[in-house]
Amino acid sequence: MSNKTEQVTDAMVTGSGMVTLIRGARLVDPQLNLDAIGDVLIAADGLIEEVDIVEDGGSRISAPDGACVIDGTGKILIPGPIDLHVHLREPGQEYKETILTGTRAAAHGGWVGVCAIPNTEPVADEGATIRNVLDRAAETAYVPVYPYGAITRGQAGKQLAEISDMLDAGAVGFTDDGHGVQNPLMMRRAMEYAKVFDALILAHAEDEQLADGGVVNEGRVATRLGLPGQTGLAESLQVIRDIELARLTGARLHICHVSTKESVAAIRAAKAAGVRVTAEATPHHLVLNENALSYDYDTRLKMAPPLRSEADRKALVAGLVDGTIDAIATDHAPHAKQEKELEFELAKFGTTGLETAIPVLLTDLVATGQVDLPCLVERLSAGPRRVLGLESVLLQPGCVADLTLIDPEATVTVTEDWLVGKSKNSAFIGRELRGAATDVFVEGVRVMADGVVCD
Amino acid sequence: MPSIKSKHLIRIQDLTNDEIYAVLENAATFKEINERPIKKLPTLRGRTIINLFLEPSTRTRSSFELAEKRLSADSLNFSASSSATVKGESLLDTAETFDAMKVDMVVARHKYGGYCNILADHMDAKIVNGGDGIHQHPTQTLLDLFTIYEHFGRIEGLTVGIVGDIYHSRVAGSLAPALASLGATPIFIAPPAYQPDVPEELGAQVAYTLDEVLPELDVVNLLRIQGERAQGLYVPSLREYSALYGMNSHRMNNLMKKDAIILHPGPMNRGVEVTAEVIADPRMLVLDQVNAGVAVRMAVMYMMLGGDGDVE
Amino acid sequence: MPDTVKASLMNEQDVSRSLMRISHEILEANGGAEGLAIVGIVTRGDIIAHQVAENIQKIEGSAVPVGTLDISLYRDDVATKISPVLHRTDLPFNVDDTTVVLVDDVLFTGRTIRAALDAIMDYGRPNAIQLAVLVDRGHRELPIRADYVGKNVPSSYGEKVMVRLKPVDEVTDVRIIAADPTESDAAGDALPPEIDAITGE
Repeated sequence: MSNKTEQVTDAMVTGSGMVTLIRGARLVDPQLNLDAIGDVLIAADGLIEEVDIVEDGGSRISAPDGACVIDGTGKILIPGPIDLHVHLREPGQEYKETILTGTRAAAHGGWVGVCAIPNTEPVADEGATIRNVLDRAAETAYVPVYPYGAITRGQAGKQLAEISDMLDAGAVGFTDDGHGVQNPLMMRRAMEYAKVFDALILAHAEDEQLADGGVVNEGRVATRLGLPGQTGLAESLQVIRDIELARLTGARLHICHVSTKESVAAIRAAKAAGVRVTAEATPHHLVLNENALSYDYDTRLKMAPPLRSEADRKALVAGLVDGTIDAIATDHAPHAKQEKELEFELAKFGTTGLETAIPVLLTDLVATGQVDLPCLVERLSAGPRRVLGLESVLLQPGCVADLTLIDPEATVTVTEDWLVGKSKNSAFIGRELRGAATDVFVEGVRVMADGVVCD
Repeated sequence: MPSIKSKHLIRIQDLTNDEIYAVLENAATFKEINERPIKKLPTLRGRTIINLFLEPSTRTRSSFELAEKRLSADSLNFSASSSATVKGESLLDTAETFDAMKVDMVVARHKYGGYCNILADHMDAKIVNGGDGIHQHPTQTLLDLFTIYEHFGRIEGLTVGIVGDIYHSRVAGSLAPALASLGATPIFIAPPAYQPDVPEELGAQVAYTLDEVLPELDVVNLLRIQGERAQGLYVPSLREYSALYGMNSHRMNNLMKKDAIILHPGPMNRGVEVTAEVIADPRMLVLDQVNAGVAVRMAVMYMMLGGDGDVE
Repeated sequence: MPDTVKASLMNEQDVSRSLMRISHEILEANGGAEGLAIVGIVTRGDIIAHQVAENIQKIEGSAVPVGTLDISLYRDDVATKISPVLHRTDLPFNVDDTTVVLVDDVLFTGRTIRAALDAIMDYGRPNAIQLAVLVDRGHRELPIRADYVGKNVPSSYGEKVMVRLKPVDEVTDVRIIAADPTESDAAGDALPPEIDAITGE
């Protein structure tokens, strides 16, 4: 409905003008060590007005006149997750995804904000492009968009992009994601320049020469399927390089989509030594390994970095639990059918991830006991904000009401129809999952209600 | 009982050991037919076979084509130059186009592994893999096995060295698992850069030099070295490769078993994998392999395109 | 399904006598053994062919060349059924300018003979091809007639005429097996494969 869309857009600035009461949900906020049943009242200005823990014996909040009352019984309310790694594809590749469809998919997946990777056409490598993304987001987005700018012009690795100009325009970090910065001197200079503004450099770590055109992890599966393999060292060596450059320059470094145990170890050691490094892992690397690939040569399982070994996956989970991995980011990489229905070696890299992340993580990590729920919430919500340097969202009065309500019992079958994003290249197509976001609030405005995005 | 249970022949593992031996037995019959003045059989009259070769190939395509013609199948060649694939038509369009033409079999060659699986998913036709990327080349394996079986009367218990760029070799990719499955011992003989990621996944043992294992080999299968790959990054030069891994008269006469045989999938680089003296030696069976190629492909097509019923 | 033997048509002596008579007829019709070659269709015709050749040698004192022919690749029904394992075709003589006597055990629809004629023609251009069969059971579907017949056996279409020959079988005889009332065209399924292989064409 069009009036709701206007409401959402207004809400970005002013709140919803609507009072909402969520009753009886399990409130989980690891930042507050909170895990209890309670009521949350969201005021018209988009801030949390009152939180009442029922278990503490406090009185139930009574619904103000005209308030929207949501029964949260059996559900989980968390500070809303932010996805650090999303390819929104606009401008230039709107046939894959747009800011509208991508943020709509984000809302459907339970996210309250997404970071946009700059490998668009043109590449977001100057202030004007960043402003364009933010303008388009203001017009069309369902959840806030935090744009990244490129490290080098055109992401070509030859010439630094205008980082200051992009910061002024609203860029929250800088990355050549899609490629690693191959030249170590260029990466050093980028970090040194970023240090002037204490800007965040996000590394897509992949040594393309060592990767040697590999499309799957080097090892048994590559041999079995007759596909060129890529050693995990193609990533780890560049992670180590960039950590050392961050140590040298003092810049803020974030490692994207970590996939190997060697990378996890390097990041863990660097953090212990005080290097300013953070890291993310994707849901697919956290729950799948290379053995998912079989003789059907399913290109939905072709991603960069490739699915690694089970030992790598376990190291990622351990890193997630101990905090080496700060954030779960989806690397949502939508591609059109014709770019995926190809020979495995020719198909594009990437899987979508915004909509499947929470169901997959709840089913394959939490329900299996590998990660507990508060830890998962921390890595989805607080971790990404810490990486970006954004203000924390806490389940307490006065905080902005960026909140997500999750039904842990909801069953989801991942089908092309269930996915609302424009592209359907999900590695999890066909999976039956348990647990999904049902309601999303951005500054108090309900952008998803009962599992349906509010259009 | 159909003589080959699998609808397609994409991986050599699509055939059971019994089926492999049945192909070899039947190929012997076809080999005799290929000696006749009139080499034509009416067997596959009315069957349509497309040779979809998206990578240049003279030998394999000619061999399939002769096999098809000798069995009276109607065949059509789509090579890389005539194929719409080079004009940007996708693999799916190609598959669906040929499917709409109601062909019975597609023989496919492509430089990307897994291509045949995608064809199989989108076509009713039976697919025969004519070589996909660095994955497999099952009919080459059958002709290699035929040559070995014809010479030794057995496969089980033989030690077969596969020498050269194993990593990029679909020949090795299907021969090694077949040999292992039939009770022979395949050994990949190459420097590490030419070895696959996990040789044991293909059932093979590993040797880094030829001379250390040559005395144990019953069969020495020399793979073709691609000049552009050989030089610089994988091995320093063709000269040094030849010195370490080439079959020459010294190795053949002093290190190799007297009754061992030498194979090569062709085309040979004379002076690299093999010297002129070796090529002239009766133990070098490369032409027997070519001869067997037509026969095993006839056997495969006969067994795959014949009906499911038994003759009473 | 147990085989129901409807009638026993020939015993070993009957078969032997028939083949001797056929051998004499062949020699009589061709004015001797000169230029003759005997070709048996596998898997029972070749046994008969060797017996006929042996007889001719006894009668004339001169050897005639004998060959075997597998017609699997010339069948007109490859699309629906095939022989999983092919047998060797072996014609150890030049077919050109030879009078080929094609030998089979049972003549039924004529399709096997049609395939055999094609197969022989692919080896060369014989002067003539003649046909000798141990049993002619009728029901021709093609205009084919035998020159030499051991025994004419009226049969109904669904019945099976079974020829067993030593040494591939334990005994030598010819029997009619009744049609299975429950199955019209798949009656052979339950028969042992070695018998299965000889009954139809």
